[in-house]
Amino acid sequence: MVAALAVENLSKVYGNGFEALKGITLEVAKGDFFALLGPNGAGKSTTLGIVSGLVQKSSGSAYVMGHDVNGDAFQARRSLGVVPQEFNFNQFEKVYDIVVTQAGYFGLKPSEARANAEELLKALDLWEKRDTPSRMLSGGMKRRLMIARALVHKPDVLILDEPTAGVDIELRRSMWEFMEDLNKKGTTIILTTHYLEEAEQLCRNIAIINKGEIVQCTSKRELLSQLTTETFVFDLCESLPDGFSLEGFEFSSPADETLEVTVEKGQSINRIFTMLTEKGLEVRSMRTKSNRLEELFVNLVRESNS
Amino acid sequence: MSPMRVQWVAFQTIVTKEVRRFMRIWQQTLLPPAITMTLYFIIFGNLIGSRIGEMGGVDYMAYIVPGLIMMSVITNAYGNVSSSFFSNKFQRSIEEMMVAPVYPVTILLGFVAGGVARGVATGVIVTLLSLYFTDLQVHHVGVMVGVVLLSAILFSLGGFINAVFATKFDDIAIVPTFIITPLTYLGGVFYSISLLPDFWQDVSKLNPILYMVNTFRYGVLGVTDIDVYVAFGMLVLFIFILGSYSIWLLRRGTGMRQ
Repeated sequence: MVAALAVENLSKVYGNGFEALKGITLEVAKGDFFALLGPNGAGKSTTLGIVSGLVQKSSGSAYVMGHDVNGDAFQARRSLGVVPQEFNFNQFEKVYDIVVTQAGYFGLKPSEARANAEELLKALDLWEKRDTPSRMLSGGMKRRLMIARALVHKPDVLILDEPTAGVDIELRRSMWEFMEDLNKKGTTIILTTHYLEEAEQLCRNIAIINKGEIVQCTSKRELLSQLTTETFVFDLCESLPDGFSLEGFEFSSPADETLEVTVEKGQSINRIFTMLTEKGLEVRSMRTKSNRLEELFVNLVRESNS
Repeated sequence: MSPMRVQWVAFQTIVTKEVRRFMRIWQQTLLPPAITMTLYFIIFGNLIGSRIGEMGGVDYMAYIVPGLIMMSVITNAYGNVSSSFFSNKFQRSIEEMMVAPVYPVTILLGFVAGGVARGVATGVIVTLLSLYFTDLQVHHVGVMVGVVLLSAILFSLGGFINAVFATKFDDIAIVPTFIITPLTYLGGVFYSISLLPDFWQDVSKLNPILYMVNTFRYGVLGVTDIDVYVAFGMLVLFIFILGSYSIWLLRRGTGMRQ
């Protein structure tokens, strides 16, 4: 079966000598919701830039739906929708015109372009703003406008480069719903994000890239199973007594009435509750210290750096 | 959908966008040349021209009109493409085209057609204004239309190359200020080069704008200082050279692709 995206030995050396990609190989299956994660400067945007034709590769190859992005750029680009990290539309043009114009670049008939634009702008709550110059939109609206523009030709593969950066929580959740719905309808989505809970919530497969190299590329389930410890934060009703101990667990108390306990894979949290009850300590609430994927991500990047 | 069909729709889209752009900001694109040329007609044509009398066998006002029309066509075709393409680069909206299945030649043709549209639009406005000051005759309509279109194409290509290499807005003002404007003034808009000493006549013949102005003047009045066939040959040759270079720049992604 042809992959939605296939990248083979892709490398990129910029004019200043910076080696952004060191021969990465990657495959994203059709219909997948795939996350490409990495710290700043890891090579995520360079990879996606090469795939979408905005960055010139130094060597290697990239295919979208089986079409070489250089050798068969026409078909590769027709299959692809791109939502870049930074706003890149004409600030003086109206919302509706931006989307319809983009459809024209993909060869859509004016009637089809107008119909698709209306459908997307309504779905993304931008229809009321269709006659507004894009510079007048809020940050969240601008992000949604870029999504509408990228989808106007109904691509098979959608690249989202940090689509929810700077977007408030409520809007982010509505965008997640939109993306999940789109993926269910068959669009392959490739997402880069710094919000790891976003990747954990949405994606089925994840690649972690660091310093131009793929550190991990596997399913989310497989990745999370690598997590050997997890830290839980307990908010207590009173301060910890002097000489407090929690046999079998590593713990600390970063603040009054707060207990942080590291739980290793296979250990039961019930034991912690039992011990706390025995010591007469009541738990008000409990949460994980950090997102599971975040913890794993930090560990993997640290390992790769060392 | 066939690639050719996609390119045709994309071309129409770029042209529509370009025309919409210069029409939306008509106060910056269409009004200034109308005002400037009206001042030229009043000052050089009416006030000074009435003392000069005839040039090239025709009334001075009638003599300068073709040059002024060509001047507005050239500067506006150039200015439209250089400012629009650079603005697309600056705002990164050029990426909209780069991620789409649009061939470099389609992008180039779209911007050039936009430049030609503005050049012709201002040319028509200046022509209409000139009718208030003088009677305009037509000696050879084919030569008139041909030289206007080819000159607008050539200068649109020039504006495109300028925009590709420009890194800031100042860079797109340098060529019009220091090259195009002086060459236009020295290109026989206001005088016949036959008035110059032989040496300066020969120097003037190195100025490509002289050929465009005189060819257009031939189409209007039937008087010229140069051979119109040479002028058409030069225009086609330079369009081919600049056009090929522009496509090469687009394919490489110079100034656009990292």
